[in-house]
Amino acid sequence: MSILTFVSNVLSIGIPFSVALLLAALGEMFNQRAGIFNLGCEGIMAMGAFLGFIPAYFLQNSPLAGYANLLGVLAAGGAGILLGLLFALATVTFKAPQGIAGIGLQMLGWGTAGTLFRHFVGGVTGIPGLPSLPIPGLSKIPVLGPMLFSMNAMAYLAFLFVPVSYYLLFKTPWGLKIRAVGTYPRAADTMGINVTKTRYQALAMGGLLAGLAGAYLSLGQAKMFADDIVAGRGFIAVALVYFGRWHPAWILGGSLLFSIAQSFQLAIQVMGIKFPYEFAVMLPYVLVIVVLALTRSSAVRGPAELGKAYDREKRI
Amino acid sequence: MAGKLQKIRSLEVDGITKRFPGVLACDSISLKVGENEVLALVGENGAGKTTLMNILMGLYQPDEGSIRINGQEVRFKTPNDAYAAGIGMVHQHFMLVPNMTVAENVALGAPDFHRFMRLDLAGARKRIQEISEKFSLPVQPDAYIWQLSVGEQQRVELVKTLCFGARFLILDEPTSALTPQETDELIVLLKRMSAEMSIVFISHKLAEVTAVSNKVAILRHGRVVFSGSTSEQTPASLAALMTGHEVNLPVNNCCEECGEEFFSVRNVRAKSDRGFYALDGIDFSIHKGEILGLAGVSGNGQRELAEVIAGLRSVESGSIGMPGFELTNKSPREIINSGLGYIPEDRNTEGIVPSFSIKENLVLKDFASDEFSAGPFLNLKKQEANAEKLKESFDIRCPSVATAAGSLSGGNIQKVILARELARNPKVLVAVYPTRGLDMGAEEFIHKSLLEMRARGTAILLISEELDEIMNLADRVAVIYKGKILKILPSHQATRRSLGLLMAGITENAPGAER
Ligand SMILES: Nc1ncnc2c1ncn2[C@@H]1O[C@H](COP(=O)(O)OP(=O)(O)OP(=O)(O)O)[C@@H](O)[C@H]1O
Ligand SMILES: [Mg+2]
Repeated sequence: MSILTFVSNVLSIGIPFSVALLLAALGEMFNQRAGIFNLGCEGIMAMGAFLGFIPAYFLQNSPLAGYANLLGVLAAGGAGILLGLLFALATVTFKAPQGIAGIGLQMLGWGTAGTLFRHFVGGVTGIPGLPSLPIPGLSKIPVLGPMLFSMNAMAYLAFLFVPVSYYLLFKTPWGLKIRAVGTYPRAADTMGINVTKTRYQALAMGGLLAGLAGAYLSLGQAKMFADDIVAGRGFIAVALVYFGRWHPAWILGGSLLFSIAQSFQLAIQVMGIKFPYEFAVMLPYVLVIVVLALTRSSAVRGPAELGKAYDREKRI
Repeated sequence: MAGKLQKIRSLEVDGITKRFPGVLACDSISLKVGENEVLALVGENGAGKTTLMNILMGLYQPDEGSIRINGQEVRFKTPNDAYAAGIGMVHQHFMLVPNMTVAENVALGAPDFHRFMRLDLAGARKRIQEISEKFSLPVQPDAYIWQLSVGEQQRVELVKTLCFGARFLILDEPTSALTPQETDELIVLLKRMSAEMSIVFISHKLAEVTAVSNKVAILRHGRVVFSGSTSEQTPASLAALMTGHEVNLPVNNCCEECGEEFFSVRNVRAKSDRGFYALDGIDFSIHKGEILGLAGVSGNGQRELAEVIAGLRSVESGSIGMPGFELTNKSPREIINSGLGYIPEDRNTEGIVPSFSIKENLVLKDFASDEFSAGPFLNLKKQEANAEKLKESFDIRCPSVATAAGSLSGGNIQKVILARELARNPKVLVAVYPTRGLDMGAEEFIHKSLLEMRARGTAILLISEELDEIMNLADRVAVIYKGKILKILPSHQATRRSLGLLMAGITENAPGAER
C-alpha cells in the first residue's frame, strides 16, 4: 500500500469521525461561553443516539421508512433541548453545583437510553442509517473527492455550522449576550440583560447540538445502537472546548486532530503492525491531554465566570 | 416612548428600607433630587450609599418604601425599567465586559442596536462618537476594555451610560481611582452636565463634594443624618457631621531621625503581564522607622513593584533585600516569614479570600503557626479570640466575625487586611493605595496606624496617588514614571506642583525640585 492511499484511508475515515465530536463540542462551547459547564453532554448524546435510532428501527419496513431518519434527527434534537433546559433548571434556577449536576445528567441520559433500548429493542440490530450524499462533480476529484465530498447530509451541515456558530457568537446580539453573561454576569445584568434567560437559551442550544451529535453516532456513523455507543465522546467534547479556547475554528481543528489520530490508530492496528493495542487506543486521548497541558490558559479570552451561578443580591 | 422624552423634574425616595442577612443596609431613607440638581451623597464605608443606588437602578428590591418620579410612584423590577425611566448609573466597580470592545459594550446594553441576527456596531460607534464629542469625553470605540487604563475605563462607563439615554445620572465613587488631573476634569464636566440633567454624586473626598454639588446628604448606619445645601458647608464641617467628631488627618512631622538603612531595592527590572519592562531599573532604599512615599500616576509600575517585593512576580535582574536576608525571587511564604507585610491594591482578589469568614481571613498568613493551631488541627478558639480582639481595636463593622469577608463594604475589607498585616508586626510594610475608596474616619485611622508602625521602627513603602496622603505621611518622596524612579526628595521639599510635574515625567526646571 502506498503512503498516499494510507493517508487518504486514514483521512476519509477520520474526517467523518469528527462530526459527532464537532457538534457536541460546539454545543458545549455555547454552554461555556454563557458561563455554564455541562459535563452531562455525554448523557444527552446517549439519548440523542437512542432517539435517532428508534424511528429507523421501527419504521424499517413501513411505508413511512423514508421519513424515519428525519424523524430520528428531530426527536434527538428535541430531546437534547429538553435535557439542556432541565440542566438549566438545576444549575441556573436552583444553582446546583454544575459539576455534580453534569454527572447526574450523564447518568440520567445514559441510563434511560440503555434501559429503553433493552426494553423495546433488546439486542444489537443494524439500521440503514443516513445515506451518503456524494456532491456531484466535487466527489469525482481524485483523492480529495472521496475524502471530503462523499459524506452524509448531517456531516455537511455540521461543518457548515462552524462558520455559522462563529457568526452567531461574535456578530449577533444573542452571541454578545451569551459572551457577556459568561464573562461578567453582573455587568450584563446592570445593562438590562436577563442573565437567567440568556443562560437557558445557551443551554438549550448546547442540548440541541449534543442531541444531534448523538443522532449522528447512531444514524450516520455506527448505523446501529448499543449501550456504550457514545464511549466517552461527550467528555472528549468538553475537553475539546478548552483545547479550542472557546472558538469554533479551533474546536473544528481539535475535533479533526482527535478523530484523525483515532483513525490512524485503527489503521495501524488493521495493518497488523506490532504495537500494543491498549497504547494505540490511548493515543488520541494522550494527545488531547498533552495539547491541553501545553496551551497557555488565557484569562482574557475565555468566559471568566465559568462554573459560577449568578445571584443578583449576593456580593460574592 | 413618551416616557423616554419626559424630563425628570424630581425624583424622590420615601422610607426605603433594605435588609441583608444580619445587616440593616438602608433604614427608612427619604431623599429628594430636583431638576438640574447635583446631590452629593456621603457617609462612611458601609453606610448604605451603594445599596440605595442599586435599589434606584432596580438591581435590588427594597423591603419597604417607594420611589416617585415627577410625583408618580414607579417600581423598578430590573435595570431595564430604570433605564426606560431615564436613570443611568456608573457603578463603583466597573460594569464593562473586559474581553469586548467599547462599542460592543455599548451595543450590549442598548436594544436599538440589536437587529435581527445582526449587531449594529456601526450605529453604536456613531452614537459613541456623538456623545463623546458633545461632552468632550474622548474614547476609542474599537479598543478592548482590558487594554484601557482605569481612567479611560471610567470615561467609557460615563459614555456608555449616556449612550443608554440617561437623563438622571448616578455616579458611585467615580473619582476613587482617578488621578488628580482626571478628577478635576470630571468635576468641570459634571458641572456642565448638570445644566441638562440631575446628578447624584457619591464620594469620600469632601473637597470634591463641595466643589461639585449644590445639595448634600449624609448617611450613617443606613439613615440620613443630615441633608441640606452644600453652600453652607466646608469639607471640614462635612467631615465632622459625617464622623461625629472633628477629623484631623495626622501629619508626620519628625523628619530625618530615621534608623539605619533596612530595606533596599537595587536596579530591579521586571516584566508586566503584557511583556514589556514595567520596572526598568528601580533603585531605592528605606530606613528603619521611615516612610518612603512613592508618588506616580497609576500604571507606571507601582503594581509590579509591589508584586516583585511580595514575591508574586519574578525579578529579571537586580536584587531586593533586608540585612541578612535576600528577598529576590523567593517564594511568598519565605518573604512573609522574613517579616514583610503587604497591603495589596486589589483587596478582593489578593487581600482576602472573599468566601472565607472574617476570622479565617485574619489568620490567613499564620493559621499554621503554633499560635493558631495545635499539631495538624486548627485552634478555633484562639482564632475566634484573635478576631474579636482585632474587630474591636480596628473597628471592623460586621454582623459577626463569622460573616464572609466578601460581603463587607470596601472600607471594612480594607480594615480586615490592615488588622491582619499590622497584628503580625512586620519589619517592612508595603502599602498599595491603602485608603483608596475609604471614608474620612477610616482614612484617619489608617494614617494613624501607619505612623504608629513607623514609630515602632517599621520601614514602610507607601504607594499612593493622593499627593496629600504622601506629603502628610512620608519622610521622603520618590516619584515613579514609566518604570523608573525619577527623583527622591525629602518631603518637606516636595510641593504639589513639583510632584505633579515629576509625575507627568517632566524633570527639568521643576521648581522646588532642585536639590
Ligand atoms: N449584597 C449584599 N449582601 C450582604 N450584605 C450587603 C450586600 N450589599 C451590601 N451589604 C451590606 O450593607 C451595608 C451597606 O453597604 P453599601 O455597599 O451600601 O455601603 P457603602 O455606603 O456604599 O460603602 P462604601 O463607601 O464602602 O462603598 C454594608 O454593611 C454591607 O456589608
Ligand atoms: Mg459603595
